[in-house]
Amino acid sequence: MGLARAIAITAAAFAAVIVCDAALHALMAQNPFGGPRPPAEPPAGGVIGWILAKQSEFYREMSSTIRAAKSDGSAVWSLLGISFAYGVFHAAGPGHGKAVISSYLVANEETARRGIALSFVSALLQALVAVALVAVFAWLLSSTAKTMCSAEKAIEIVSYALIAAFGARLVWTKGGGFMRALQAKPEPPPAMAAEHQHDHGQHDHAHHHHDHGHDHHDHHVHDHAHGPAHVHDEHCGHSHGPTPDQLAGPGGWRRGLGAIFAVGMRPCSGAILVLVFSLAQGLFWAGIAATFVMGLGTAITVATIAVIAVSAKGLARRLSAGREGGGALVMRGIEFGAAGLVLLFGLGLLFGYLAAERATCL
Amino acid sequence: MGPCVRRDGLLRVLFALVGLIVGVVLGTAPAEAHPHVWITAKSEVVYAPDGTITGVRHAWTFDEMFTTYALQGLASKTKGVYTREELAPLAQTNVESLKEFNFFTFAKADGKKQKFVDPVDYFLEYKDSELTLHFMLPLKTPFKAQQTALEVFDPSYFIDFKFDDKDPIKLNGAPASCKMQFQRPNDGTANAQRLNEKNFMDGDNSNYGAMFANKIMVDCP
Repeated sequence: MGLARAIAITAAAFAAVIVCDAALHALMAQNPFGGPRPPAEPPAGGVIGWILAKQSEFYREMSSTIRAAKSDGSAVWSLLGISFAYGVFHAAGPGHGKAVISSYLVANEETARRGIALSFVSALLQALVAVALVAVFAWLLSSTAKTMCSAEKAIEIVSYALIAAFGARLVWTKGGGFMRALQAKPEPPPAMAAEHQHDHGQHDHAHHHHDHGHDHHDHHVHDHAHGPAHVHDEHCGHSHGPTPDQLAGPGGWRRGLGAIFAVGMRPCSGAILVLVFSLAQGLFWAGIAATFVMGLGTAITVATIAVIAVSAKGLARRLSAGREGGGALVMRGIEFGAAGLVLLFGLGLLFGYLAAERATCL
Repeated sequence: MGPCVRRDGLLRVLFALVGLIVGVVLGTAPAEAHPHVWITAKSEVVYAPDGTITGVRHAWTFDEMFTTYALQGLASKTKGVYTREELAPLAQTNVESLKEFNFFTFAKADGKKQKFVDPVDYFLEYKDSELTLHFMLPLKTPFKAQQTALEVFDPSYFIDFKFDDKDPIKLNGAPASCKMQFQRPNDGTANAQRLNEKNFMDGDNSNYGAMFANKIMVDCP
C-alpha cells in the first residue's frame, strides 16, 4: 500500500512538473523578455534522457531571465518558475544527496514523514550554504573565482568526509544488530509451535538493537510480559521499531542531524553560478530567491525518492514476515547493507572513485 | 496465520527490487549529468612544414554565466572592460586547472593515444560579456599519421563543448592530400546524444560524457 501510494505520489509529481513546464512555456511565449525558446525538443532517450535535456534547458534559461529581470520585474516570476523546475529535475538526475538520505532512511527505522522532513531541511541547508558562500566570498570579500573555487573544494572534502563518518557510524551500530540476527539464525525451527522460545530470542535481539537505552533487566520484564495473545504478533517477525514517540524524541532528531549535514553541506554548483551572476547583475536578492526555490524543487524530488525507499523497506518487512525467524535477519541485513552503502558513498566520493558534481574550478 | 506462510519467491522478487533500487542509485551517481558551463569552441590542428602534427590551437568561448563567475573579484581599470594583461592571472589559472582534465582534448594517431604537454601562448579575451580562452596545446611528440583522431569533450559532462557553426575546425598547414571529417555530438548519424535507461542501468558511465564528444578525423593517405 505504501509503495502504491509512493508511486502514485511520484506520478502526480511528474504530472505536476509537466503541467508546470507547459504553463511556463506558455508564460514565456507571452513574455518578450522570456529568453530564447529552445528550437525543438531533443529526441528523448527515455525518461533519463528527457530529464537531462530538461534541466539543461532550464539552467540555460536562467541567465537570460536574470538579465531580463533587470529591466522587467515580472521576469523574476519566470526566474522562480524556472528555478523550481530546475531544482526538481536536477535532483532527479544523478546526485549523492538522495542516495545518502534514502540509504540512511532504510538503514534506520524511519518513517516516510521523517524522510520528507530530512529532505526538506537538508535542501534548505544546501541553499543557505550556497547563499552564505557567495555572500561572504563574492559580495563581502570580492574574492576571485580561484579563491571561491578553493572554498568550494574545501567544503566538498569536508562534506564527503562527513558522509563517510556518518556511514561508518551507521555501519557500526547496524553491524551489531546484523551480527546478532545472524547468530540467532542457524537453528531454523521445524514448526511454529516449537518456535516460541526462539522467537522471543529473536525479538529480544531486534529490540535490544534499537533501544540502546533499555537495560537488560527491562528487556526481561518486557519479554515476560508478553502473553500468549502477543505471541502471534511477535512471532511473525514484525521487527520491533521504535514507537512514534521515540522518534519524535530529541535523540531521534539528533540522529537525523547527521544526515542533514552530510547531505546539505555541499552547495550545488549551479546555485553558486546563478548567485554570482545575479550579484553581478545587481539582482542578488533575485538570485537568493531563485536558490531557495531551487532547493524547494530539489526537496520535493528527494522526498519522493525517500518515501519510495521507506515504502520499499516496509514492503520488505511485510514480505519477510512470512519467513519464520528469518524475518529479523532479512531486515537487519537490509539495514546493514544500507548503512554500508552510505559509508561506500562517502569513501567513494572522498577518494574520487565516485564523481559527484564538481566544483566550478577552471 | 495468513502472513506466516513462506514466501521465498516473493522474497527473491523483493531482493531483486532492492538490488534494482541500489543499482539505479549507485549507477547514476558516478556521473554528473548535465553541464553547468558551456563552451563554444574553434580549434586548429597545427602542422609543421614537414607535415607532422605539432599540436592543437584552441579558442574556447565561455557562456555568460561562467564568464561572470570567472571574472568575479577581478579588478579592471575601466568598468566592464578587461584588458589582456588584467586577465593574465585568470588565464594562468585556467590553463593550470585544465591540466587536471587533460585539456578535454584527446588525440589518437593511427589508433595510438597521444599526450599533450602544458599549453603555450595562452591568453583571455573579453568581448560581448563573454570570455574567450586562447591556447596552444603542443603534442608531447609531434607525429605523422595516416589517420588522426581528435576528440574534444568533458567525460563528466560538467562542460558542454559545442563547436562554432562557422569554421569549427581548421587544418593549419596540412599537406594538400589530407582530408578532414568533423562530427558533432548531436549529429543525427552519430546518434550520440541518445541516452537511454540502458546506459544508466549498466552502471558503466564513467565515460558518460563521451556521448557528447566532438570528433575530428583527419586522413592523410
